[in-house]
Amino acid sequence: MAKQIIKVEHLEKYYQKDHILHDINFSIDQGEVVALLGPSGSGKSTLIRCLNGLEAYQKGTITFNGKQVEPTEKYWQQVRQKIGMVFQSYDLFPNLTVLDNILLGPVKVQHQSPKVAQASAEKLLDQVGLRDYEKAYPRQLSGGQKQRIAIVRALALKPELMLFDEVTASLDPEMVRGVLNIISKLAQDANMTMIVVTHEMNFAQQIADRVLFLEDGRILEQTKGDQFFKQPQTDRARAFLESMAF
Amino acid sequence: MAHSGINVLFEGRNLIRLFGGLWTTVEIAGVALILGLLLGIVLGVLRTFPNRLLRLVLRLYLEFFRITPTVVLLFLFYYILPRQLGVNLPANQMAMLAFALWTSAEMSDIVRGALISVPKHQRESGMAIGLNRWQLYRYVLIPQAVSLELPATVNLVTRVIKTTSVLMLISVMDVINVGQQVVEANNQKFPTGVFWVYGMIFVMYFAIDYPLSWWAKRLDKKRLERANG
Repeated sequence: MAKQIIKVEHLEKYYQKDHILHDINFSIDQGEVVALLGPSGSGKSTLIRCLNGLEAYQKGTITFNGKQVEPTEKYWQQVRQKIGMVFQSYDLFPNLTVLDNILLGPVKVQHQSPKVAQASAEKLLDQVGLRDYEKAYPRQLSGGQKQRIAIVRALALKPELMLFDEVTASLDPEMVRGVLNIISKLAQDANMTMIVVTHEMNFAQQIADRVLFLEDGRILEQTKGDQFFKQPQTDRARAFLESMAF
Repeated sequence: MAHSGINVLFEGRNLIRLFGGLWTTVEIAGVALILGLLLGIVLGVLRTFPNRLLRLVLRLYLEFFRITPTVVLLFLFYYILPRQLGVNLPANQMAMLAFALWTSAEMSDIVRGALISVPKHQRESGMAIGLNRWQLYRYVLIPQAVSLELPATVNLVTRVIKTTSVLMLISVMDVINVGQQVVEANNQKFPTGVFWVYGMIFVMYFAIDYPLSWWAKRLDKKRLERANG
C-alpha cells in the first residue's frame, strides 16, 4: 500500500459569519495526482491554501506524513518546506535574480550548502529550459517563464507534495501549454504527489488520478479521474462539465 | 565698493564663522538623521506586526511627534526634560535627541506604508517556501519596501535639514544664529549687510538640500520606469 501523504478530516472554515468549507474529508497517497474542480467561488483555492497553512481553519485536522499538524505558525513553517506551492499570480521576488529566487528556500530555510543547492537549481532550470536566465531579474521574463521559475523554486525544496493553485489562469494562451507540460511531466516522470486546482479540463482529464468536485464549500464527489469525465456521479458535476465544454 | 554690503562677508572672520555655524547645523542634522532613520526603520517594521497594543503605542508615538510643532518640541526637550527628569545635556545634544526622535516617528510611518504596500502575494510566496517572519522581512519585504520608500525618505531628510533653522531658539550656535550675530555686529558699517548674510545662508541651505531633492526626483522616476518595464 502506498504511503499516505496528507489526510484532511472534518475541516471547517469560516470567514467571520460565512461558512466557507463544510466538513471536508479526503486523503492522498504518495504519487497520486488529485484535481480539485468546481465552479468559481466553490472554495477550491481556500481549501488548497488551508493545506499549507496560508488560511486558518476553525475545526478539523490535517495530518501530513502521518503527523497531525499543530495549527501554529512555527509548526507550519516546518511543514511548508515539504509542501511546494505555486500560485496564480506568478510571484517571484522582484528584488532577486532568478537563481536567488530559487536558492532562497534551500539555502536560508533548509541550510543546504550554496554550492550543492546551486547545482540542483541549475539542473531544474535545465529541465524547464530556462538555464540561460539564471542571472536575469523577474521583470525581464514573460509570464510563462516566470511561472516555470516559480515551479522550480517550489521544487528546489524537494517537496513531498505540490499544490498548484490555478497556475495558468493569468497566462496568455500560448504560454499555458509549456507550463502544463512541466506539471504533467512532473506527475509522470518524477511521480510527484500533487493537488491541482485548474480550469483546464483537458489537462485535468489527462493527469488526474482522482477528482474532487467541490461546490459551495462541500466535496460533492470523489471519483477516479477517467470516470469523472465520462460518467460523473452527480448532476451538479455533469452540469459543470457541460458548462466547461465547447 | 568699500561700503557695498557684500563686503560684510569678508570682514574679519565673518565667513569662517558662518561656515562654522553651518557645520554645527550639518552635524546636528547628520547625527539626528542617522539615529532617527535607523530607529524609524525598526519602529516601522514593528508597526506592521499583528500585536495591537504595540501598534497603538507606536501610533501614539508617531502622532505626538507629528502633531507637536518642532519649536514646541525643542522647548519641551530644552526646558522641561532637565527640570522634571534631571536630564542635563548641552543644547546641541538636546537638539540631536529631539530631532532624532522626531525623524524616527516620521520615518516609521514611511517604512510602515512601504511595507504594507508590498503585494500580499509576495508575503505568501515567501511563507510558502518556509521563510520565518524575520527571513520574510529580511529577504523579501524590506528590500522591496526600500525602493518604494526611498524618495519619501530623501524628502524627509531635506525637511529635517531645513527645520534645523529653529535651533537658534534654544541658543544653539547654528548657521542662523551666527548669521544674526554677524548682522547685528556689523549693522553700523554695512547697513545692507543683512541682505548679504541671509543671502549667503540661503545659498548654503540650497547647496545642501537641492541635490537631495533632485536625487529624490530621479529615484522616483527610475522606480516608476522599473515598475512599468
